[in-house]
Amino acid sequence: MDPATILDNNHELSLREFPYIVRWRDDRCTRCGRCTTVCPVNAIEPAPHVHRRIYSEGGTPNPKAEREIVHVVKQVTDVDRYCTGCGTCTLVCPNEAIEPEYNPRHKLLTYKNKGGVPFRRGGRRNDPSTSTVDQLKFTRISMLTDPALDAGRHEFRIRTLLGRNLPAEALPLKKRGDRLVVGKTHERGQAEDGHTAHGFIPPVREIYPIRIGSMSIGALSPHMWEGLAMGVAYLNEVEGMPVVMCTGEGGMPPRLLKSRFAKYFILQIASGYFGWDEIVHAIPEMTEDPAGIEIKYGQGAKPGDGGLLMAYKVLKLIAQIRGVPEFVDLASPPTHQTKYSIEEAVAKMIQSMSMAWGFRVPVYPKISGTKTAMAVLNNLARNPYAGALCIDGEDGGTGAAYNVSMDKMGHPIASNIRDCYLDLVAQGKQNELPLIAAGGMGKTGNLAANAAAMIMLGASAVDTGKHIMQAAAWCFGDEYNRCNLCNTGRCPRGITTQDPKLYRRLDPDKVAERVVEVFKSADVELRKIFAPLGRSTELPIGMSDALGVADQSIAERLRISYVC
Amino acid sequence: MCRLSAITSAEYFSPMENVMALNTMKEGHDGSGLGLVLRDLGGDFKDLKQYPILSGIASSEGLAELDTFMSGLGFREVHFWQPDIDDKAPEPELGRRDHYFAKAYEYPVDMQKRPQAEKEELLLDARLALRELGEEDESIFVFSFYPDTVTLKEVGDPLELGRFFRLDDGKLKARIILAQGRQNTNYDIYLYACHPFFLQGYCTMTNGENTAFVPIMEFLTSRGFPGYMGYNSDSEVFAHILHYTQRQLGYPLTYYKDVITPLAEKEIDGRKDAEALRLIRRSLRPLCIDGPNCVIGFAPDGTVFMVQDAKKLRPGIVGGVPGKYALMSEECGLDEAVPRRDKTEDFSPMKYDMAIIKPGASEMVRWSQLTP
Repeated sequence: MDPATILDNNHELSLREFPYIVRWRDDRCTRCGRCTTVCPVNAIEPAPHVHRRIYSEGGTPNPKAEREIVHVVKQVTDVDRYCTGCGTCTLVCPNEAIEPEYNPRHKLLTYKNKGGVPFRRGGRRNDPSTSTVDQLKFTRISMLTDPALDAGRHEFRIRTLLGRNLPAEALPLKKRGDRLVVGKTHERGQAEDGHTAHGFIPPVREIYPIRIGSMSIGALSPHMWEGLAMGVAYLNEVEGMPVVMCTGEGGMPPRLLKSRFAKYFILQIASGYFGWDEIVHAIPEMTEDPAGIEIKYGQGAKPGDGGLLMAYKVLKLIAQIRGVPEFVDLASPPTHQTKYSIEEAVAKMIQSMSMAWGFRVPVYPKISGTKTAMAVLNNLARNPYAGALCIDGEDGGTGAAYNVSMDKMGHPIASNIRDCYLDLVAQGKQNELPLIAAGGMGKTGNLAANAAAMIMLGASAVDTGKHIMQAAAWCFGDEYNRCNLCNTGRCPRGITTQDPKLYRRLDPDKVAERVVEVFKSADVELRKIFAPLGRSTELPIGMSDALGVADQSIAERLRISYVC
Repeated sequence: MCRLSAITSAEYFSPMENVMALNTMKEGHDGSGLGLVLRDLGGDFKDLKQYPILSGIASSEGLAELDTFMSGLGFREVHFWQPDIDDKAPEPELGRRDHYFAKAYEYPVDMQKRPQAEKEELLLDARLALRELGEEDESIFVFSFYPDTVTLKEVGDPLELGRFFRLDDGKLKARIILAQGRQNTNYDIYLYACHPFFLQGYCTMTNGENTAFVPIMEFLTSRGFPGYMGYNSDSEVFAHILHYTQRQLGYPLTYYKDVITPLAEKEIDGRKDAEALRLIRRSLRPLCIDGPNCVIGFAPDGTVFMVQDAKKLRPGIVGGVPGKYALMSEECGLDEAVPRRDKTEDFSPMKYDMAIIKPGASEMVRWSQLTP
């Protein structure tokens, strides 16, 4: 007799445990097999199904039974091959016969956490709720004495500053007749109030206030990264928008590093120091300074957790750029192992990075959103070489983070930036040290509105990462837990994979085009926001009177007006 | 929108001239208030130039308190001016106050030989202390405490107030007078919110909407200077920016324009002082006013100016004859103030311009931000 495991399915999971249930329509399916071929996780497969058909022939009922084999598309109940809802099957199906449907009551994590190792998945947070930033509205419309501006016709200057601004009291200026001139280096002494030492004027860049946040080459496919880079170059050189992009951990292709395009990139140095050997060696041959140096201490999606580039993503190109052997796991530790505190890091890393580029490049750290951000900020505020502070809120990132980190750890960005800005205001340094906000910008598609809201809360610029990644590749993910294959190396769109079969699906030129489109439309939207507010010349940094929110407690916390 | 009338002259003239100009511009202000700042005083104050003058409004109890406070600091009153109020004229909107005054004082003995900067500090501290003293019960309003300067503010129609105070009686005259006919817009009527605003010899009045008010206010208050306070009106910051850039940072007057309406990076390249300008623009980024505003003001040396930003749809106008120039928000005000002038020489400063009239009002200088 057959064993019980064949006779019943008691030992298996039911489809109801899975985050997605694949809805397949027998009547529409032509069994072409495309869906099962493209499924990146093999969650569906063609399967024979035995039917017992009852039929009758002749004038009087005479039922007969017949066994019939039909071919179906079956969703597997193997927990390692669960449907991620990427929807690739839907895209390739000619007859709209198949579609994954989200199952809000799934229990996937219960089964995926095995052997003391929590399910490591990456991808997006599971929290589809409206973030605080998305709840903010722009309530101050200029109607009082002169009418609001015309977003379509008025001249706008949507630019921000990256790098440390000297306070006006410390500028080495001298009066010569009716004009002010900059004192020569040897004439510059220390200002009376001790603001500046040795007449050093820190480097400052004028950039577009929305930056492409750090996403490494290696995590992103070559086509994706190349597309982003081309888009950024086009935005700068053709559209005249000084958009900058951060390389993320993992360096940059040496050819690009030595090219004139290097000035559009911020080089990130993270705890793994991947790619830095190449960068350091390229310095003598660099024709342009990079836009900045970002020292990564933390990441919003997995605060206090290190990064990981899985062995199967470390192909030849990546290995070369990063200066490591092929096919080994590349783990970035959660801290810079050579430094025991941010104070020391501030003292050493900022200094040495500044020195490496002759003090011509802004150097600043990026930290996870945290309650201790203000302490880090105050430390930086006292360091004349610190160029900015980037804070990455909990909503950010798509990296290889544990679910618990993604979902439960981190600090929302809105109040974190607001606290830091008000702290700088109290010290009179709100213009000296730019704050850059990251984490969930554009999460629900409102990139410009999110950026404008953060700027009005006090940020000088914002970073967008996963939004630009999704938008530029026409990723079919959303915040309802769709896809989330970013960390698996099996991205069906070809964004975060090193598998040529997959990343060839992505055309770098199309990516570049989309990057440009996203920024151009964000620019129009920013004008549409700033114009009615009456701002066009400088960014409304800290213009908190323009913000309102229909939640009393958020209003009180952020010190903005409560509207309903 | 507020109506602004500034007149600068080689001769002493009556503030009634400003009030009459405001009256011609009446369409546009709701007559909810008059603010006057007189500088380079004539009339009763002609021979009192070395003494600081405290201007304000007080109740009888407030005035007694004020006198006690001032004598406590060691100030000795040398002149007490009060308007000779016309009882037949309509009273101010909020009722007649007990005392409108301008008192000239001798400095405390130990301060008399101290440097001017120290004296100015003392005057500011005294004014702020008095303001605090009378703020809660509104028993004392002090608007300025500075040599050769008188400020008068009241709620009501400017012309009626002019009659009420008998401003035409010749006792109050000056060579520079700034006046604002108020358009009370969004806030409660509050005397401290009335322009022009004055701080240690720097004074401005404005019309328009200052959209950058909050960031500018936060920036100024965080400078740690005690005089940067109040901000009952969104344009009080303009006077303080002028004070900050000129007195605290020591910039020449034209840089006021560069600070509040900064040039774009490319435009800066055309200037000889590009390097300095670029640094200033970055360091003082929060002080960009972003408009739309027309600002009229004067500096301690008696230079009167007008600037506006690119968004000001209807700019102010400046014109006059050697010896008398007027800076007005409307042309009809200019016609009233200096009717006999060459109208073709009238100047409306636009995006890049600044109209500057030096003391003595001999000529109007048109300065452009794009001047190399």
